[in-house]
Formats: sequence, structure tokens, C-alpha cells
Amino acid sequence: MSPSGPRRRSGPVRSAPATLGSVGFRLRRRQEGVGPVGNSWPDAAIALRILALAVAAVFIQTSVVAELPVFGVRVDLTPLVVAFVGFLSGSTVGAIAGFGIGLMVDLTLLQTLGVTSLIFTFIGYGAGRVREMRDPQATLVPLALGAVAAFVALVGYSVMEFMLGNDAPVSFELGRQILLGTVVDTLLAAPVWVATRRALEPRLPDDPRRRRRRAYTTGGLSPLPRP
Amino acid sequence: MYKKTIRRRRAVLATLVALSLILLTAYFREAPGGVLHTVQRGFSTVVSPVEDGANKVFRPVRNFFGSIGGALDAKSETAKLRRQLAALRSQLVHYQDQARGYREFASLVHLDTRLGVGAYRPVNATVVEQSPSLWDATVIVDEGTPSGVAVNDPVIDGEGLVGKVAQAWSDGAEVMLINDHEFGATARLAAGGAFGTVQPKVGDPNEMVLQYLPQNTPVNPGEYVETAGTVSGEGQSLFPPGIPIGRVTSGGSQSQYESINVEPLVDLHDLNTVQVLTAVHGSAPERITQLLSSLDSPVAADPSSVAAAGGQFDATSGEG
Repeated sequence: MSPSGPRRRSGPVRSAPATLGSVGFRLRRRQEGVGPVGNSWPDAAIALRILALAVAAVFIQTSVVAELPVFGVRVDLTPLVVAFVGFLSGSTVGAIAGFGIGLMVDLTLLQTLGVTSLIFTFIGYGAGRVREMRDPQATLVPLALGAVAAFVALVGYSVMEFMLGNDAPVSFELGRQILLGTVVDTLLAAPVWVATRRALEPRLPDDPRRRRRRAYTTGGLSPLPRP
Repeated sequence: MYKKTIRRRRAVLATLVALSLILLTAYFREAPGGVLHTVQRGFSTVVSPVEDGANKVFRPVRNFFGSIGGALDAKSETAKLRRQLAALRSQLVHYQDQARGYREFASLVHLDTRLGVGAYRPVNATVVEQSPSLWDATVIVDEGTPSGVAVNDPVIDGEGLVGKVAQAWSDGAEVMLINDHEFGATARLAAGGAFGTVQPKVGDPNEMVLQYLPQNTPVNPGEYVETAGTVSGEGQSLFPPGIPIGRVTSGGSQSQYESINVEPLVDLHDLNTVQVLTAVHGSAPERITQLLSSLDSPVAADPSSVAAAGGQFDATSGEG
């Protein structure tokens, strides 16, 4: 049996309607008694890992990746890292990580403080909320998430620069840069996702829904085989 | 519990957004020497050694991916450079063409000064068509009767005599070159001053013969032959005096007269810009000028009206 097969069937976990309204979602959360992973504060170990990941991402971005234009556009790994941290750790941690990584980027690149922080805060928070509300399991979810994060970051930069009085004209070239940047970041989302998950997942608190799903797949909560 | 979680999450988001906006506003409004700028520079100073280290560590990786990107870009870059090369080549050809035209015009101006042909109202014309036949030595120029060009007007270029106008119409003229078998002109040796008639050599259109020179005329190979500008037969010479025609290559004798071979100075196979002398002895404008001056009219005193009258005459009658 394929491991992904039973996940798609309606089982005990999916007794609730497939499309959850906000009320039904909250009720179900209350019945579970445990909040999603993103709503709990991370412990010191996971905080340290996120910090190390953020520092590594910023330095790799500024030292290596920024100097490698692909198809004429500069690759930006940092929004991908922020989105994946938020997706794995939840909206609160994602927002904090986004703010921190954005602040680090602004400080390192001597940009206007707060611009990247603001954009990345929304990206981290949004990615965390996607996980908390939908918990998508499809294989291509990281790619889609990376594409959305890259697009939001690029458009957000443009809008912020425009609002701050930068005279860069809204032109076809700007649209091309945003489109190509999104495509290139989407292509790089898979390795960034793998690296982020490997760095964070071992220390993340177990998500009850995920634990239930695993129990359903393996036949029970106990790691021991059933008789 | 859940409401508390939601409130906390929203509070964190609001705090971070507010903090970002405060940072942004404060940074944007403060002077370059402000606190936030100083903190930013301090942070940059602290992390720059780390960045340098990371830069050095990752340089091979960067170079590797850079070389891959360079290889991928090389093809499109080559095509782009080829297009640029083609464009520059055509531009160079255009400039060279312009430079050649400039040289030709400069030599024409020089000839004007040297020979004083400016008095003959020269009209610059571009050769637009050249006869492909070896024996029918004519070219078509782009100036016609409206410019005062008329039949039998001499045509010169920077080297010397090219020929004369055989036909003229409203937007062009046919020029008979000096190597055409029907061409002939009175000429003289530039150094010796002996007169004769220069014509194309029979059987060799690239060579000319100066004949009917008096016997025992001293001729030196390399000596220049020029238009005589004197009476020849019943009328005046069509050509102003002193226009170079060719250079003596060898001598010979023909009964009581002497004839010598002359190599034309003008490269008749590479004509681009020429001058048509529109007011020479015997030409229509010159005859009109004489006519008007003989009438003792106030119009004759105005050279521009004379020129206009000459042009109109040519344009309407087409006579040479």
C-alpha cells in the first residue's frame, strides 16, 4: 500500500467536513485540546537552530548567491527560508523569524531598516497560517510556497521602494525581473526546503495532526507492530 | 486557551509590523549620522570580516556556478556580438563611403581652385549608373537640366577630364566618357604646349591617342596632356583650358604628323562623384549670357537671373 494512499481517504481524522470554515476549525481545535505547532513558543534548541539557519541564509545570500545572476536576475534565498521556517514552525515563529532575517538583511546590505523586515514578517506569518489552516501535504507544496514567497517579496520590495520615493519607473523590465525572479526562486525552492526541513524538523514539537496521520498510516500510535 | 493563542499570535504580528514601520520611519527620517544609521554601520563593520571569510570560502562554488552561467550565456552572447559586428560593419562601410565621397568632393574643390573652373558654374553630380559595355563608355548622373546641365557640357572629377554630356533630361544626364569611340577633344602637351587632338585608341578603349601633333615635337614619356581650350574647327572648344586628360606613355609618328599614346588620368571604371561644368564656351548658358549682355539689359547685370534663365532654357528646350 502506498503511504500516500490512505491519507487521501476519509478516515477518522477527516470526519469533519473537507472544507473547514473558521468556526468549525476552531471547534475542532478546542476538541483536540492542543493547539497547532505554530501557536506554541519554540524552545531554546529550536530557536538556536532557527537563528543559525537565518545567519547562514543571510551570509550565503550576501556572499555567494547574490553574485550569481541566473537568467539576468539575482536569486534571493532569504524569502524562501523565511517561508519554510514559517511553514514548519507556525505563524508566530515564522513572523518572528521573518522579522529577524529581514532585519539582518537590511543591516548587512545597508538598506533602509524595516523594509525587508516588514515584508518577511508577512511572508513568515502567512506561510505559518497556511500550515495551520490547511496543512497541505502535496509534494509540490514547497515549490508553490516558494513561488508565492518570492513573488510577494519581489512585489513587496517594488511597492515599498515606490512608496519610499524611489524613482524607478514601473516598466516592462520590472515586470520581467519579478517574473523571472519568481521562476528562479521556485526552481531553488526544493533544495532550500530540504535544507530547512533537515535543520528544523528533528527539533520541532510533534504536531498532533501529523502524529494522528502517522498513526493511521502505520496502524496505531504505538511504534510496536500490531498483533 | 485557543482564544489566548489567537490573541498572542495576532499581538506578535501586530508588534512586529509596528516595529518594522517604526524602524522604517525612524530610519527614513533621521540624518545619516543618526542612531539607526550608526547601528547599521557598526553591524556592517562587525559582520564584514565574516562576510569576507564566507566570500573566500564560497569563491570556488561561485566561480563554478559562474562558469556554468557564463557557458550558458556564451551562445546568446555570441549571437548578440555577431549582430553588433554586422551592424558595425555596415556602419563602417557607410562611413568609408562617406569618407570616399568627401575625398572626391575635396579633390573637386581642389580642382576648382587649381583650374579656376568655379567660373564655369560646376554642378556636382553622382554617378548612378554605368554602362556595362566595354565599347559603349557612358555613365548616367543624377543631375539634369533643372541644374543647368546641357548637352556637350564638360564633365570632370578630381583627377581630370571625364567626358562630356551626351544627353540631358529633367532628372539626369548621360555622360560620354573620354574613352568612348565617338569622343574627341583638342588637347596640348602641358610642358611643350604643342596642340593636337586626343581620341580613344582604336582597339583599346583604355588608352588614348594624341594625334596631329607637329612633326618633331619633343615629347617626354610621363608628360601631362591637358585640354587646349582653343578654337577647334568651326567653333570654340567645349572644354576649358588646362583640365588634365592623361599622361604620355609612348610616342610615335603618323605621316607628317606625330601621334603619341596617352593614358587617361581618370579611373573611368570607378566614377562616383563628378562635376558638370554648365557654363563653358559654346554651351547654352554661356550663349544666353552673351545674348543678354549684348541686349544691354538690366537683367544681364544680375548673374543669378542669368543662371535661372539658362536653367529654364535648358529645361524647356533641351538643347546643348
